[in-house]
Order: sequence, then structure tokens, then C-alpha cells
Amino acid sequence: MAETLKPRDAAQVAELLTWAGAEDKTVELVGGGSKAGLGRPMDTDYRLDLSALDGVSLYEPEELVLRAGAATPLGQIQAMLAQQRQQLAFEPPDFGDLYQNLQEQTIGGVLSANLAGPRRIKAGAARDHFLGLEAVSGRGQAFKSGGRVVKNVTGYDLCKLMAGSFGTLAALTEVTVKVLPAAEKVRTVLLFGQDDAAAILAMSQAAASPHEISALAHLPGPIAARSAVSYVGGAGAAVTAVRIEGPEPSVLHRTAALRRQWGTLGAVEELHGHNSAALWREIANVAPLLPDAEAAIWKLSATPSLGAGIMAAALASGGEGYYDWAGGLLWLSIPGQDDGGAALVRGALTGTDARADTGHATLMRGPAALRERIDVFQPGAPALAALSARIKDSFDPRRILNPGRMYGAY
Amino acid sequence: MQMPEPDASILARRSELITALRKIVPGDGVIADDAGMRVYESDGLPAYRQIPLAVVLPDTVAQIADILRLCDEWGVKVVPRGAGTSLSGGALPLADGIILGLGKFNKVLEIDYDNRAVRVQPGVTNLGISQAVDGEGFYYAPDPSSQIACSIGGNVAENAGGVHCLKYGVTTNNLLGLEMVLLSGEVIRLGGKHLDSGGYDLMGLLTGSEGLLGVITEVTVRILKKPETARAVLIGFPSSEAAGTCVAEVIGAGIIPGGMEMMDRAAIHAAEEFCRAGYPLEAEALLIVELDGPGPEVDHLIEQVRKIAESCGSTSLRASENEAERTAFWAGRKAAFPAIGRISPDYMCMDGTIPRNRLPDVLARMSQLSEKHGLRVANVFHAGDGNLHPLILYDANAGELETAEAFGADILRLCVEVGGVLTGEHGVGVEKRDLMAEVFTEEDLAQQQRVKCAFDPNGRLNPGKVFPVLHSCAELGRLEVHKGELPFPEIPRF
Repeated sequence: MAETLKPRDAAQVAELLTWAGAEDKTVELVGGGSKAGLGRPMDTDYRLDLSALDGVSLYEPEELVLRAGAATPLGQIQAMLAQQRQQLAFEPPDFGDLYQNLQEQTIGGVLSANLAGPRRIKAGAARDHFLGLEAVSGRGQAFKSGGRVVKNVTGYDLCKLMAGSFGTLAALTEVTVKVLPAAEKVRTVLLFGQDDAAAILAMSQAAASPHEISALAHLPGPIAARSAVSYVGGAGAAVTAVRIEGPEPSVLHRTAALRRQWGTLGAVEELHGHNSAALWREIANVAPLLPDAEAAIWKLSATPSLGAGIMAAALASGGEGYYDWAGGLLWLSIPGQDDGGAALVRGALTGTDARADTGHATLMRGPAALRERIDVFQPGAPALAALSARIKDSFDPRRILNPGRMYGAY
Repeated sequence: MQMPEPDASILARRSELITALRKIVPGDGVIADDAGMRVYESDGLPAYRQIPLAVVLPDTVAQIADILRLCDEWGVKVVPRGAGTSLSGGALPLADGIILGLGKFNKVLEIDYDNRAVRVQPGVTNLGISQAVDGEGFYYAPDPSSQIACSIGGNVAENAGGVHCLKYGVTTNNLLGLEMVLLSGEVIRLGGKHLDSGGYDLMGLLTGSEGLLGVITEVTVRILKKPETARAVLIGFPSSEAAGTCVAEVIGAGIIPGGMEMMDRAAIHAAEEFCRAGYPLEAEALLIVELDGPGPEVDHLIEQVRKIAESCGSTSLRASENEAERTAFWAGRKAAFPAIGRISPDYMCMDGTIPRNRLPDVLARMSQLSEKHGLRVANVFHAGDGNLHPLILYDANAGELETAEAFGADILRLCVEVGGVLTGEHGVGVEKRDLMAEVFTEEDLAQQQRVKCAFDPNGRLNPGKVFPVLHSCAELGRLEVHKGELPFPEIPRF
């Protein structure tokens, strides 16, 4: 077990990483530790516990901005925002049950993994709300990027690069995010009994409406049956769901319009308040796939209209899955394959388009031995992989930060 | 403003280079005569001009790859250019570099309504995308003022915004895919019609990188269905403080308008004189608030905005009753730049962003700076997101350019001092390059340049832009080594 070091502040992070670089010591960066099961397993010389870098240092609700230490617990931030009827609009999921990990996730961890929930299709991902950062590179040097304002093209947007880099480029020490008002009213319309292909079409129609849809998901019958929301769990059929958010008169108008639109396709129902929130929480947190605790769990971001075909091809040897992001996000559970289903899943993505622009797949949960053996993250084309490695080296030339977390070579 | 010293050995090989370029792009795709190149001597920032070594207008990606490989080998600098509307000199030529014009890449490649995506070549105009999908009721959301002319490739390079980005985001939030060519000639495709990146988010990094990392050869954007209705409200205020308070309270009430623009007295008068939009001439500050969505939502929100405005002391309020009126309300704002152009021989448009609540303070200090420099200033302002566009009025023929530049630099320093940034949507280019040290430390800038080295190790692509001091990649990559025992006995260990 690697020795854990706990720097008190950003200056100590810089001193430690400078030392580690000079000594060729590798370092695992740990915020809350809630996502330790995501990514390839690592064997580092030290663990850097960043939990002392916490606390909200600026929150101006009318300016829609919040700044916090990177290891500030997400729950603390969400509670502050809720008091002002605001939120992180990208709807960060909670994978506590997925990883059976009770550690609290941090704002820095959410940004480093670029996670987003069902509202991704309307509000963007974590990356789209990441305004500014202070960090320490693998060179042991503190640097900043961005700022506290939304409109900013002053220098390269390193926030985007940091989002989804899983701590392989730099240790985030402080982050600034955009916050937005929470919707005054929320409604969910359910459509019953569609097969996957029909559901993809129904979601595409809704997404192409002017109704500013905030989420679109489809749960095939056996998956819908596991929902704790009785209208969904007791439907005895596949359930397609659309969420509408906004001021009350607008939500009522749009809900009625969507009920009319989807009503021509099949039976419809409507969820309010608590039920609506519960359903989207289940979808965001992968709850429907958790009963099989052994299966490999995959997340595929794909061309939405190809979703049903990709799902069918990926599940050719068994397993199950559901759709979020209007068909553009596939959550799959694949049991009993030596490679966790990697060949089938990635083949399903590239099989439909030789250029392989169709999407990418990430193994979100699997045993450490499997995560060691296969590509957890989508391997890029050779030129892209080489460029990504050069970018890694521009921040962390000795490759001391989270080595192997994303790719075997770094 | 100094550009890097031209490389005499490159200038000496000019005719040889032109011959080599003509082998790659036959016909009239290489422009080497002075008259032909004059068109390219500057961009939307005409204060700076330079005739390039040559202008190359390729029409295939393979030609671009060959050109870049050739230039990298020969040591020739490359300045990519879209429509040439940059307001920061991003496409300003270099005497020892070629202009790589993307004007021939002007085709819409694919419209995919099922996936709400449009794939285009980089030379397609911003408005051209919306026009291509208008028949089906869709549009592309970012709408910079230059949208008739500016290219989507240029929008990506500058991360262009517009008046509707408070609600719908800027370019980076509306992109799905990119194709780019590196100096090595390698073609790299990023994204597609799906969301997010499977590895590092290079599309996010490329967006706003001002043509310093790669040459963009294809862009896939997300399109949206047009809102059912949109109405604009004109609200006059007796002071910019009152208008600023109203903006904060609208957002505080949980309303994110489609657009929220502010103009000061000087801008109101210039625009009204030019367009007869019906702006309130007695007002010290004017807000244009646009609400869009279903009819019931828009009516509901206009009523809320009206109440907030009245509580903030508004002196006039008019809501558009039809599309013609809404367009007229916007006409004055959209024509603010040419309107100013009519009352001054020259003007310089600044682009700082500030935290919104600092607006009254910044406007007051800007008036003081105006007196100090003896030049007038008019302000238009994306009020919702704090992006200021002060227009400095000057006369270059009266030798006022340097004073205007000094005034502009003072305004941008002020933006940084109150917690803002140098540029919200126009880019750093050459214009704000020498102010980068006001915002960034040496290490901040060194790290950004190390990222550039990963794309362009020889520094061929658009040098002299964005970064005030050029360092070689070898120098930037050097590591300091000081070995020793693990220090800091006071750090807790477990």
C-alpha cells in the first residue's frame, strides 16, 4: 500500500510534486476517493490526499458563479446552491451504489471525470460549466486557466482539457464553475410499450421539437420493471420518458404538447415532483443495472439515431441495457465475458461506420484484473493517440501523475 | 505592437517556395502578386496591415496536409484565414509566412435532422448554417454580429459568441465534431454526432485556440429547433446602476433570457440616429431583453421582467408585439458598430468581460479614462454575461491611434483588475497579446505554450499571436532537477 501524503494547501502540492518529479516517484491523486473503481488500476509510490483543499471561497448567486477548493464535497456545494434555488445544471450523477463506495465525491472529481446526467442534452456536460481552475502540473508548477466569467477566450481553454483527464495532467487545487437557476416546475411524460427502434424515433421527434426538452430516456421492459417509481416499475412494458422544466405556465403548455405528440404513438402517463425526480435519479445513477453486481458495466456515447443498432450488436452474446441522452448514451451490463464484452461493444460502435466517428465506449465498472487487461477508455486512432501522449507530456513529462489510469503507457 | 522579425533566409527562397506551392495547388490557387495579396493584408482589425509571402487557397484536405508538411520542413510560417473578420488581428499576415485561406471550403456536407447535426466545411458562414436548415425550422444558436460574413472555422478558432449565448452557449458548447490537420500533415478527427470525448477533450482545447494549434478542415455543429415565439423588451433607465441592478434581479429571479443587451447614452443616440429603432433618447442606459419559448412562457416572463424593471426605476418599457417590431428593436443594437462609424472617422472595439456587478464602477472609471485620454467612448454590452464592448472613437489621420490603443489597454487592465478578462469573444490575436501578462503568470503562459508544442513543435502556426514572448519548445520543455529527501516533515502521512 502506497504511503499517503496529505498536503495542507496548493503550495504544498506544488512542493510535493516537484520533489516527486525529481525523484521519479509516481503519485495517485485522491480527492474523495469515490471513483477509485473508474479507470485502470494503478500502483503508485505515493497517494496524494487532496482533501484539505476544500471549502467554497466564493458564491455569488446573482452572478451565477461559485469557486471552491477542488476537494470540496459535491454534496456541500449542492446544498448551498439549493438554498438559493440554484443547481449545477449538468446534473452530476452519484455513482456511490455503482462502485459500492460510500466516500463523498468532490467537485474536482466530478470535473476530472467530466460526468453529466440526463440534462446533458440541454445543459451540457461538466466541461461546459467549468470556468476556471488553479492546478499544479506534473512538473510541480502551479498554473491557472480561465476565470470567473462565462465569456472568456483569453488564452487556451485548459479547463476543457482538464475535464475528463482523470488527474493525468495536473492536480486541480481550486475550481470555478457556472451555476444556474433550478427550474420552477418539472414534469415527466411517459410513453409505454415502444421497442428500442421505435423509442429512438420517438425521442428524436421530441428532441427536434421546440419544447426545450431537458432529458430523454428509454428503458426496455425488464429494466423498467426494476424502477421504484410505481408508474414505471408497474407498467409491465418498456417505458420512454421525456422531462420538461421551466416556469409553470410554460411547463404545462409543453407537457400538453408532448402528451399530444407521443399520444399518437401509444399510451402516455405523466409524473410530477417526487416521482419525476426519483426516475431521473435512477437513470443518472445507473440504478437499473445494479442488481447484477458481477457484470461489466459500459457507458457508450454514440450517434443517437444508431443507438438501437449499436445496443443490439453489443448485446449479441447476452446482457442488457438502456438509453439516456435521446438515444445518444447507452448504459450496458454484460455478464460472463472474458473481456467484459470489450470486443463486442467496441465492434458495435465501429461496425456501423468505417471512420469510427460513431462514438466511444468506457468500461465504467469491472474487476481490477479486467480493467488492467483491456482498454477502459476508447483507444484513439494512432495520430490522435500520439497527440494525446504529447499533450500528457507537456503537463507531466515524467509521467508521475495517475500513471496508467487512462492508458497503459501513461 | 511588434511582430517577430521576418526570417531573411525564408524571404530569399520566396520564388522557390511559390513554385513548390503551385505544384501542390495548381491553377489560380496560389496568389503571389502584390495586388492580389493586398486583399489579405489585414482582417477585421484594419489598424494593422502586412503583405504576406504568398496566399494559398487550397480546395482539398490532402492539399492542406501537403502545404503544412512543406511549410514545416522549409521553416515557413502559416497563418490560417477564414473569412478574415477577426477583430483581434488573428489573421494578420506575416512577411515571412503564407496565408492559408479556407475560402474554397464552403460546402455544407451533411444535414442530419435525426441527430440534430450539420456537418460543414470550415468556410461556410455562420448564417449559412442557419439558412441551410431554416426550411425545417432549425437554426445554429451562436450568432456573432458578423454572422453574415464570418466563417464557422473562424468561429471555432475564436470561440465566437453573440447575443444569444447567455441561454444557448458560445461556439464550444454547440460543437459536436471537428477535423483538423497538424503541421505534420496528420489529419485528426474529433467527436462526431455523439457527445463528449472518449479521451482528452481536444475539441474543447482547439475551440478558441486562434489558429495556433491546427488547421480546421471540417466542423459538425448541433442545431436547435427555433423557439415558437420570441419577443424583445426595450427598457430605459435613468442610470447604468439602475439598469445593472435590473439585470442582476432578472437573473436572481431565475430567468435566463435568450438575450440581454445594454447600451449607454452615447450608443443609444448613435444607433437611434442611424436606424430609427425607437430607442428612448432620454435614457442613460437601455436594456434589450429577449424572451423566447412557447407563447405562454414568453408572456409570463415578460410580465415578470416588467415588474422587476419597474422596481428598479425604469423610465420606459416597450415589449415587441410582432416580429417586425422585434427585429426593429434589435436593428439598432446590431448596427451599433456602423452607427458609431458614422459619428467618428475611426473606432476601436474592445472586448473585456467583467463580473456583472462591477458594471457601474467600471463605467464610471471608463468615463474618467475617457477624459484622461481625451477620446470619446460608447458602450454596448452583453449584459447577461458581463461581456463589454466599449467603442473608442478616434481619428487615425489626426495621429490618435496610439492614444486609442493606450486607452483600450487601460480599459482592459481595468477589466482584469475587477476580476474579469481581456477578451470574451474576439480573441487575443495581436491586439491584446502584449496584455497577456496582466492576466497570466510566466508559468501560466509557459504551460499554454507547452501545449502548443504538442501540436506544432517548430512554432510554424500563426506565431506572434496570443503569446507576448515566443520561446522554443526545447526551452519550454526543460526540467529543473533538484533531488533530495522527501521534504516537509510537517505534512501528515498515513
